[in-house]
Amino acid sequence: MLPELPLLSFVIWFPILGGVAVLFVGDDNPGRARTLALTVAILSFLISIPLYTLFDPATAAMQFQEFAPWIPAFTVNYHLGVDGFSMPLILLTAFMTVLVVIAGWEVVKYRVAQYMAAFLIMEGLMIGVFTALDALLFYVFFEAMLIPMFLIIGIWGGPRRVYATIKFFLYTFIGSVFMLIALIYMYNQANSFEILDFHKLPLSMTEQVLIFFAFVLAFSVKVPMWPVHTWLPDAHVEAPTGGSVILAAITLKIGGYGFLRFALPITPDAANMLDWLIITLSLIAVVYIGLVALIQQDMKKLIAYSSIAHMGFVTLGFFIVFGLYRNTGSLSGAAMGIEGGMVQMVSHGFISGALFLCVGVLYDRVHSRQIKDYGGVVNTMPIFAAFMVLFAMANSGLPGTSGFVGEFLVILSSFKANFWIAFLAATTLILGAAYTLWLVKRVIFGEIGNSHVAELKDVSTREIVMLSLLAAAVLLLGLWPDPLTSVMHTTVDNLLQHVIVTKL
Amino acid sequence: MQNIYLGIILAPLMGALIAGLFGRKIGRSGAHWITIIGVATAFLLSLIVLRHHVLSGAAPYNGSIYTWMIVEGIRLEVGFLVDNLTAIMMATVTFVSLMVHIYTIGYMHDDDGYQRFFSYIALFTFAMLMLVMSNNFLQLFFGWEAVGLVSYLLIGFWYKRESAIFANMKAFLVNRVGDFGFLLGIAAVLMAFNSLDYADVFAAAPLMASMTVQIIPGADWSLMTVTCILLFIGAMGKSAQVPLHVWLPDSMEGPTPISALIHAATMVTAGIFMVARMSPLFELSPTALSVVLVIGSITALFMGFLGIVQNDIKRVIAYSTLSQLGYMTVALGVSAYSAAIFHLMTHAFFKALLFLGAGSVIIAMHHEQDIRKMGGLWKYMPITWVTFLLGTLALIGTPGFAGFYSKDSIIEAVHASQIPGAGFAYFAVMLGVFVTSLYSFRLYFLVFHGKERMDHHTQEHLHETPAVVTVPLILLAIPSVVIGAMTIEPLLFGEVFKGVIMVTPEHNVLEHLAEHFHGAMNFALHGLTGLPFILVLAGFGSAWYLYMARPDVPERIRQLAAPVYDILDNKYYFDQFYQRFFARGSCETGTVLWKYVDAGLIDGLLVNGTARWVGWVAAVTRHLQSGYLYHYAFAMIIGLLILLTWFVTR
Repeated sequence: MLPELPLLSFVIWFPILGGVAVLFVGDDNPGRARTLALTVAILSFLISIPLYTLFDPATAAMQFQEFAPWIPAFTVNYHLGVDGFSMPLILLTAFMTVLVVIAGWEVVKYRVAQYMAAFLIMEGLMIGVFTALDALLFYVFFEAMLIPMFLIIGIWGGPRRVYATIKFFLYTFIGSVFMLIALIYMYNQANSFEILDFHKLPLSMTEQVLIFFAFVLAFSVKVPMWPVHTWLPDAHVEAPTGGSVILAAITLKIGGYGFLRFALPITPDAANMLDWLIITLSLIAVVYIGLVALIQQDMKKLIAYSSIAHMGFVTLGFFIVFGLYRNTGSLSGAAMGIEGGMVQMVSHGFISGALFLCVGVLYDRVHSRQIKDYGGVVNTMPIFAAFMVLFAMANSGLPGTSGFVGEFLVILSSFKANFWIAFLAATTLILGAAYTLWLVKRVIFGEIGNSHVAELKDVSTREIVMLSLLAAAVLLLGLWPDPLTSVMHTTVDNLLQHVIVTKL
Repeated sequence: MQNIYLGIILAPLMGALIAGLFGRKIGRSGAHWITIIGVATAFLLSLIVLRHHVLSGAAPYNGSIYTWMIVEGIRLEVGFLVDNLTAIMMATVTFVSLMVHIYTIGYMHDDDGYQRFFSYIALFTFAMLMLVMSNNFLQLFFGWEAVGLVSYLLIGFWYKRESAIFANMKAFLVNRVGDFGFLLGIAAVLMAFNSLDYADVFAAAPLMASMTVQIIPGADWSLMTVTCILLFIGAMGKSAQVPLHVWLPDSMEGPTPISALIHAATMVTAGIFMVARMSPLFELSPTALSVVLVIGSITALFMGFLGIVQNDIKRVIAYSTLSQLGYMTVALGVSAYSAAIFHLMTHAFFKALLFLGAGSVIIAMHHEQDIRKMGGLWKYMPITWVTFLLGTLALIGTPGFAGFYSKDSIIEAVHASQIPGAGFAYFAVMLGVFVTSLYSFRLYFLVFHGKERMDHHTQEHLHETPAVVTVPLILLAIPSVVIGAMTIEPLLFGEVFKGVIMVTPEHNVLEHLAEHFHGAMNFALHGLTGLPFILVLAGFGSAWYLYMARPDVPERIRQLAAPVYDILDNKYYFDQFYQRFFARGSCETGTVLWKYVDAGLIDGLLVNGTARWVGWVAAVTRHLQSGYLYHYAFAMIIGLLILLTWFVTR
């Protein structure tokens, strides 16, 4: 594969066009729609692999860049490129889409082609978000992404799907409107929509604070951070399994990515001044949300709350740099925080995706998400139980699984900044294990709970394939995270050098 | 040698993976053969390592296998540090593990989860070896949590039992409280040394002795004290020290072979091993050592008391384990690290023996574990009886037996120590000797002697257990008797731990002992006249009087001292307190946060409240657009009037 090929355009538009093609196959022909969708998803993943193999980890510059004027009147360009932050997330997106197609294989019976198409188009749009280097292009992808997800929850969702979709849509939309204003403001200053130009744009403290809050609003809703998190449990509960997987595995990551791409480099002084706010909210996510997760009765809600708690580590890791620099006068430990946050994003993609798929496996059989409707599943589904326990352990951050790596690095980093931040963050060791293992105890272990459980059939080959892929990913990343972290070192260093220099 | 080390790690792992993933295909005998071959390989190779390092005196090996991650130039690696301490741990772990594997063939004979069980115990062996062979804190933590995982899986092995799946969750969570401290301790190490490699950290440790940190603003605490106490919290979880001991008695819900392997001989001693390994750090903080000493003394004495009132054969031994772990911790606290490791090793043999003996009794009694329904078993199962007696004699510290050498060394070391808390510790370990003797012989008499209290049906079927059970008992009984006399001199007073365990001269209590040490034989003879042996005899005498001569007396004592008995019977109310305060407290807090903040304030007032407010405004304003012309005309006239009034009166 030659680097001159417009690889990034391929990974964006191939799934989108493939999705359109699946739409044309139509719902009357579900078999062909599925096969085509799977082919497109697998090919999309395969063409994203060169992004990793051809990636040059020694440079912090954008790679695989593509540039074409789009709306010359406003100097809006179709400018794409990736660095060590976006590239892993693209691979994650392509990988999870394959799984989602497999997960919906026999389960979705209603409008199959449209279902599959929605996910493929979604994949292209999300990759667009990660690759866009033009702020307006980013914004277009960012908003366009809402549409397929809106449809996925609204059409294939549960009984309260209308409430959930509206809530989801309004929350994210209101958040991003302020970001649009900020982007336009900076366009007027810089006369360009280039994100990299924004990075260099000098801004006064007042400007920075306002722009920072605009970004925080947009991205904290996505992550989501307390207190703008309440859309997530509702959206997850109503979404079909595939929707939950993509929502948890990828769309939440866009919030974290936004902090790295926009908030930190564009408004470093505001971030430095207001880091306590983000850190406080992150710790609330870990402790408060952890306690709330403990008492959930609905499996999906529990995992949704657990997602919020785990994403707290992402924002904590990203914002610990300032306190660290203030307290110690050096950047030692800061890269650990950011890389930890990044690893946590990828890892959480695998683990939360896997847990939602596990809940999907049970839901497809029993049609209930309530914990009380289960009990003793291991008696009838031993293979499934093994997978579920593995993913539960990963969710509890067991070393050797991917769930450990990010939390470990972030705790190491925050300990250098402040003992009490590390102390509160580390409570996840107890809380995370408590809510996850209690879930496992009530659902998986014990005597057979009821007649539904007694009739359960263990996982099919299709489900084994899907869960094994994730299990392999979780273990590989846990036992050997170096291949992931080594591609981001230079990018992280570059960001750190950038954010400690004041723009005032 | 590196290939041998790798082989030791990988052989049990292979066994575990094959038995776990292909258990159905290879069948029951396939599963036990593959795992036993794996663990036997590890054991034989460990013997080679033992000879290479301890006997031939080879230099320690320190090397990495692969780089886990590089972050900020710090290499986090997976690698081995094999020195005399590691070699002794490896040999002990693989030997006990091998015995337990063989024993399991008999014990789990009729169980449906046969292959799964073998897979788990082989996986445990792998994880424990990873823990002891590690050359850095990261891999130590990996092994640390991995043994916790296997412990979780094995306590909940009989997953249909509500008590088992409660106990395994409890064990994991209580251990997580310890690991919480442990992880923060590792973070402190990284902060101080910018490395997680043992060699780097220990080399730089003396430079850090005077560093301070401010955890509470205004109060300067020694960095090493903070680090060591945090690390020790991890050890308190894994080695079940008060107040994180509550999981160990409940872990007896698991099958007996794993009680022997994991919850007595090996995993629970990981904390002891870890502190001994970290001796270059702990030596820098007398405060941390005093904390270790006091916690250990409390555990040694007060957990022993609880052993006296238990009626479940396994729980008596479990409380005995807690108490003995307390002894080891006490040894750590007085800087007698090698005595702690010595006791760890002897304890591994005799406690595994006692547990497996108890398992043998349980098989014979058709899974009855209440000692009030046993008695007189000696004539039905002679091998179990004799080996159990040998284990008991070793446990109570009968001069000449393995436990005597290690326990007496600890008592002497405490006696010689000057650090704060040593006085209390001496009292605790001394009184503990009497208590140990009392509960041990109580158990022994109630099980093997006296009236046969089992029902008629059980009595008819009583017989000795098969060879796969008794052979491991015999093989474990041998070291339980002789290992102490054989190894006390090189381990405590020789050069074995030189360069491995670091003791500052002013803490070196074992040196005092060395002055009076004139060979193992002499040590034992001297022990016959010492105070500990008198206490052992007193314990034996009391047990004999109470449970053989006058079996009616214990009941009378219980009635007389009812309040004391209640406290002991409720295990000092730790469980009730944790259940009420932590378990229910967390759930109640979570409910309040969820119902009132998430659902009430955020969703109810802000999110849906905003939506309702918009709806209300719309509903009100909608009335203005009635569509009737005269409404609009009227509104216009009113408006005109107001405007005119304003213009005129202005």
